[in-house]
Amino acid sequence: MLRIFTVFAIGLLFGLGIIVSGMANPAKVLNFFDVAGTWDPSLAFVMGGALAVTAIGYRFVFRMPHPFQANAFALPAIKAIDLRLVGGAAVFGVGWGLSGFCPGGVIPALGIGRTEPAIFVAALVVGMMAAKAFDASRSAARHSALERHDALPEN
Amino acid sequence: MTEFTPLLSALGGVMIGLAAVLLMAFNGRIAGISGILGGLLPPSPASDRAWRVAFLAGMVAAPLAYAVFSGGMPEIQVPMSMPLLAVGGLIVGSGLAYSSGCTSGHGVCGIARLSPRSIVATLTFMATTAVTVFIVRHVFGA
Repeated sequence: MLRIFTVFAIGLLFGLGIIVSGMANPAKVLNFFDVAGTWDPSLAFVMGGALAVTAIGYRFVFRMPHPFQANAFALPAIKAIDLRLVGGAAVFGVGWGLSGFCPGGVIPALGIGRTEPAIFVAALVVGMMAAKAFDASRSAARHSALERHDALPEN
Repeated sequence: MTEFTPLLSALGGVMIGLAAVLLMAFNGRIAGISGILGGLLPPSPASDRAWRVAFLAGMVAAPLAYAVFSGGMPEIQVPMSMPLLAVGGLIVGSGLAYSSGCTSGHGVCGIARLSPRSIVATLTFMATTAVTVFIVRHVFGA
């Protein structure tokens, strides 16, 4: 129970940071990117503050033998810089630019109780699940094609 | 127009960073919101869900905590129509299924670890976001 409460409190701190910084406000996010128009450079300060603390804090954390509440650090194993990564990131940016919401910004915005964040989160979940299902069906088709190929006689 | 808020934004950034460091220190996890959310969707294992729900619940509770301190809910402006928001959400979700990370996961946690993947992903989505905003606002004049 204490473990779960700790994670809740960390999520609360994260969400408060998002709200105080302005990342939950689509108008502010979009103005950061609108250098040619109503430019608001605030988000550079969000990134700067977050990166400085995380980069320094991680150095200390990774000296620990293991996390306080887990047996090991769960770090991403994938290293490839490929079309999936670049294409996915490019598509994400188009959606971010259209809506002004990214996942970290919209989840705290949900708690304000307005309709727009709820609609965005519903669409986000549908988009994620649809893309994962499409990807899974494609890789399944690839595998069965490979199996058919394997089944061919040698000559 | 939105007001330039360097101090508040830097303070918020520091809080985000602190939370990211604490989540790594306590649970050994990257504070990437798309990843935390994505891990709740099927076919993810049920045993891995409790901490994800707790973290997201804490985030959703943030405006209420903010209101307790400041005396009012945070103000946000959503300058686009509901259909456009829904389209934006679908596009964001489908992109994230492939990029395995967003502003928090790649942009903060990944770059802080100097992960080449995260640096490439962040530069890519910052660029396409800027181009999209330029086209929407200055080509279509929305």
